[in-house]
Order: sequence, then structure tokens, then C-alpha cells
Amino acid sequence: MTKSLYGAQEASAIWVYLEQNQGRLTGVSLELVGKARELTDGRSIPLVGVLLGDQVSGLAQEAIAAGADEVRVADHPLLRQYTTDGYTKAFTELILAGKPDILLLGATPNGRDLAGRLAVRLRTGLTADCTDLRLEEDTGLLVGEVTGFGGGILAYIKCPDNRPQMATVRPGVFAVPAPDGARQGKVVSVPVNLAKEDIKVQVLEHVDGQGVDITRAQVLVAAGRGCQGDLALINELASLLDGEVGVSRVPVDEGWASRDRMIGQTGYVTRPKLAIVCGISGAFQFSVGIEKAETIVAINTDAEAPIFEQADYCIVDDMFDVLPPLIEAVKRARGGNGGR
Amino acid sequence: MRPLHIIACVKVVPKPEEIRVDSETWTIQRDGVRSEINPPDMNALEMALALKEQHGGRVTVVAMGPPTFVLYLRLALAMGADEAYLLSDRAFAGADTLATSYTLAQGIRKIGDYDLILCGEESSDGATAQVPPGIAEWLNTAQITYAEDLEVLPGSGMVKARRELTGGYEVIQAPLPCVASVKAGANEPRFMDMERKAWAEAEGPLTVWTATDIDVDPEMIGLPGSPTIVDGVAQAEASERKREFLAGTPEEQAQALVERLRAYL
Ligand SMILES: Cc1cc2nc3c(=O)[nH]c(=O)nc-3n(C[C@H](O)[C@H](O)[C@H](O)COP(=O)(O)OP(=O)(O)OC[C@H]3O[C@@H](n4cnc5c(N)ncnc54)[C@H](O)[C@@H]3O)c2cc1C
Ligand SMILES: Nc1ncnc2c1ncn2[C@@H]1O[C@H](COP(=O)(O)O)[C@@H](O)[C@H]1O
Repeated sequence: MTKSLYGAQEASAIWVYLEQNQGRLTGVSLELVGKARELTDGRSIPLVGVLLGDQVSGLAQEAIAAGADEVRVADHPLLRQYTTDGYTKAFTELILAGKPDILLLGATPNGRDLAGRLAVRLRTGLTADCTDLRLEEDTGLLVGEVTGFGGGILAYIKCPDNRPQMATVRPGVFAVPAPDGARQGKVVSVPVNLAKEDIKVQVLEHVDGQGVDITRAQVLVAAGRGCQGDLALINELASLLDGEVGVSRVPVDEGWASRDRMIGQTGYVTRPKLAIVCGISGAFQFSVGIEKAETIVAINTDAEAPIFEQADYCIVDDMFDVLPPLIEAVKRARGGNGGR
Repeated sequence: MRPLHIIACVKVVPKPEEIRVDSETWTIQRDGVRSEINPPDMNALEMALALKEQHGGRVTVVAMGPPTFVLYLRLALAMGADEAYLLSDRAFAGADTLATSYTLAQGIRKIGDYDLILCGEESSDGATAQVPPGIAEWLNTAQITYAEDLEVLPGSGMVKARRELTGGYEVIQAPLPCVASVKAGANEPRFMDMERKAWAEAEGPLTVWTATDIDVDPEMIGLPGSPTIVDGVAQAEASERKREFLAGTPEEQAQALVERLRAYL
């Protein structure tokens, strides 16, 4: 067996990678802190957040409020922008010094880029793209649930001998915990040894998304091919409900909507209270991104569309005929509530 | 700059719609299931072939898997690859990403003289997007994951690529040799060339290597070399929904819906 750089006997604590981008924590980092808090409940396992960046210690408190006992901060000018080389080197040193038992990362593009590299450098196992996590009752081993083969099958993966037990988790599968501003935690600044020569790549340009984060939306109004590129009513209903617009893959491929609004396997896993899904057939790759919604409404002209099997309220009709009276009815209901 | 040598890593995967789980053994049945080259790997291969056309050089495809992969490697040759290698040995079976990336890296080392190694962003049937960074680590090269657009900068020994990030993107430059994983749909893979097809089937250079042909530590390959284990498999359950159909004119349906959604308004 390939041996990891340290063994189970030496290992302790759950570490969560607090991924930040331009000085903001990614939502999935807090989701992971919340889940890790739940996993450690009733067990005496320290929960440590790890922050890498340039002058990012101000973010530590957010992770503590979400449930971390301690945050280790690796601050260095060369960590200002994410690079595989710089982050892998700095993170490896932290890990070898602290020897975590479990290391969780968000399955964002850069989270996966880093996790894949780190796991091999540490010679350990990595369960990628988990949709759930638990600790085994008797052994305390991490068990990651992953979906395979288009999502119809779940597999449970563990890493019994090598350390840390690594997992990446899809954004949106766990809820962001409500922050507890009164929580106290330790913030520890750790040394970073990095030189320019350690970083082979050069970031020439970095452009952030427009900041839409559909994974946190309470209400999602989603459109697919059936909208034919006309999102005006969808936008209107979404803003009326203080929600966000989401889409299936078709509007993204057609250029009607940006990729950060895509729901599904390649897109995002969302967990709104209410999802109103219009002109979307309900392919499996879409549905995995919406199935955690509390209530789903489907509007589709085709009574046989699979989306109706996954919906609470079903309207077999043209979305362009239903949305205008729906918008009016919502306005009336809002008015009756005294407005907002 | 000397002619480029690009290695494309392709994996053969069962078509997603054909997968069945054996509920007795909890294993995935692969027998009689139709397969294909993992779709983003076709994009990686297309990128390799286009770069070769632009800069000269050669394209080698490599895969780790059972002997049935040969058919698909011949397809890659028919599309335009110059040579193919299949790493195939019972001892490689059951590999997780650590063992897979190690085995592929050792195969690539033996092929040698590589400038650029292109992979797909992720395989549809298992581990997810972790093999390319793994190969890069074993070979100690730079890596560019989720590349949509990749340019070789002649003379400087560098590649420049646009990577897709959550919502946004990044343009990065890395020295060769380098491992890049290519976004699904980054390009339109070409069809195979009918004349090359005859050549590929009759005499296309395809080499099969076993564990003893490449320099691997037997403890680090296949199931024994894999730190992760599958602890169980289950069929995903569909969540229970009300499935209430609302009737009437659009206005009546809208009104009925709003009454049911009061809690959210
Ligand atoms: C590896 C892989 C990953 C994928 N990842 C994703 C993903 O993350 N997200 C995703 O969404 N898809 C994904 N897909 C694609 C997915 O399989 C479907 O092709 C896609 O979801 C279909 O989008 P759609 O429902 O908008 O379009 P369609 O399937 O074409 O459905 C359009 C629907 O609109 C209805 N309609 C038409 N006109 C109207 C009207 N006027 N009023 C009401 N209804 C109308 C039609 O009856 C139909 O049901 C992926 C596919 C693959 C292979
Ligand atoms: N067995 C394999 N043979 C060849 N290439 C592979 C193999 N497994 C993974 N890859 C490459 O690594 C990419 C990502 O795979 P994965 O990490 O399994 O999602 C694939 O798109 C392939 O290019």
C-alpha cells in the first residue's frame, strides 16, 4: 500500500479549507464548517479552519461564528492569488505540522484543483465531490457519499489507513449555518515559506463572476429551453419574490444566461425554499441540482415531462400564458399581506 | 522550438444511460454495456490534434484499462493521433485516483519526451477531476485545470490558457512540460478520417504495456495501491413530492398556486 506521510495514530482534528476569493469566503467553506460542527457534536474532535491568502485574517471570525474552534491563517503576499503551486506548498507544510485526521474542501474549480494535487503530495486518499458526509459510529472514520453514473447510484467511500482522510464536497449540499457572533475561537497565524521560484505559473488575468450565487437563494425561478431566450417574465417574477433566476443547461449553451446561474450536475446544487421551474423537461442532470428544494412548482406544456414527477404543484400549460396572471396574483397576495 | 509532443489521456467509460447495479453484489455491471471515450477526453484529443496541426509535432494517446480499450484507441488513431499506448494489467484493476494517476504518470514517463499532457476535465464514471492534478504531481509539472482555450507560445516554452472558474475565469501562463485538463465542450471533436481508419485498424502503432513493462512499485498500483475503499453502494432514492396538478385557465391555475404558496410570499 502507498503509505501516507503520517499515520492514523498521529492524526487528530477535522480541518476545513476556508477558500477565499479576493478577500471573500466562498459559501461552501461555511457550509463545510457547519457540517463538520455537526459531525463533531458529542465527540471531542477539534474543528479547525484553514485560511490561505494575503491579509485574510479578518475572515477568521466568520468561520468561528459558523462553528470553527480555531482558525489557522497562512498570510503571504504570494498567496494573494490562488496558484496550485503556491497553495499546495503552503498547505502541505501546514498539514505536516498539524497532522489533521480529516481534511474537507469545497468542490469548486480551485478547491478540486488543490485537493487533487495535495492528495497525491500527501500520498493519501481523496473522496471527490461528496453529496453527504458522516463519521462511522465505531471507528470514527469519515464516510463520503458520492453519486455515480449520472446520479442514479450512490457509493460510500472511506480511507481507513492513510491520513488525512480527504474529501471534497459539492457546493450547496449542506446549508450555511446561522452565524453565532458570540462564539469564541482561537485565531493562529502560521509561518509560510514561499519564494517566487516555488510558483511556476503566472496569473495574467482574473475575472470574477458577477457575484450571483444561486446556491444561497431562498426562491429560485428557473427557465429552460421552453423560454426561447425570453427571460423577461422570469426576471420579473424572481425579483417580485426576492429570488434569483436559475436556468438549465440549454439557456447557458444558447448564451441566454450566464453559467453561474446553471442548476444541476455541471451547474450548482441549490436548496431554495421555493423553486418555480418553467419550460424545463427535468433531465436527471438538471434535477440533482433542484431536488433539495422544499417546494417545487413545474410549468410545462408537456404533461409527460419528467419534471412533473419531481414537483409538488404541476401546471400543464404554456409558461407565457401562466406567468403574467401568476405575477398579478402574487402582487395581489402581497398587497393583501400589507405589501413588503 | 523542437516539434511538440502532446500526450492525450483518454478513458473509456460506459454510456451513463446503460449502467445497472447488481443488487446482490453491489457492483456495477459493465458486461454488455456500450461504451464511449469519455466526452471531455474527446475535447482534449481534439485540442491535441489542433495544436499539432498548428505547431507541428506528434500526438500520443494513452489509457489505462482493460484490453477492450484497444478499439477506442484505434479510433483515436483514426482521428489523427500518431501512436497509442494501453496500460493494461489485472494488477492495475481497482485503482482509485492515487493509484490511477501514479500508473498513468509512470506510463507517460516511459513514453517520454512529453511537452504537454492533455486530459479531460473529469471522467463521467467515477473519480472526479482528480487524476490530472495527480499526474502533474507525480511528474512534478505545472497544471492547468478546466482549460477552455489553450495556446502554445512558440519560442518561450510556455502555454497560456483560459481557465473557467465559478462564474468568472482566469488566464494563466505555465512553463512546459505541463498537464492541462480540458473543459467539456471546449471544441468540436473531429470525425475520424476514413483512410486513417483502415491504417489504424491494420497497422496503427498501438502498444500494450503490462505492469512489468513500466517501472511501477507493485504496492502502489491497483486495489492494493488505493487508500480509498468502496464501503457500499445504493440506488439513489427519489424524494417524495405532492404532484398535485392544478386545473383551469391560466388565471385559475395562477390563483390556485398562489393560495398554496402563501407561506413563501
Ligand atoms: C454530463 C452531462 C452533464 C449535464 N449537466 C447538466 C446540468 O448541470 N444542468 C442541466 O440543466 N442540464 C445538464 N445536462 C443536460 C441535460 O441532460 C438536459 O439536456 C437539459 O437539462 C435539458 O434542458 P431543458 O430542460 O431546458 O431542455 P429540454 O429538455 O429541451 O426541455 C424543454 C422543455 O420545455 C417545455 N416547453 C417548451 N415550450 C414551453 C412553453 N412555452 N411553456 C412551458 N414549457 C415549454 C418542453 O415541453 C420541454 O419539456 C447535462 C448533460 C450531460 C450529458
Ligand atoms: N484510466 C484512465 N486512462 C486514461 N486517462 C484517464 C484515466 N482515468 C482518468 N483519466 C484522465 O483524467 C481525466 C479526469 O478523470 P477523473 O479524475 O477520473 O475525473 C479524464 O478525463 C482522463 O483524461
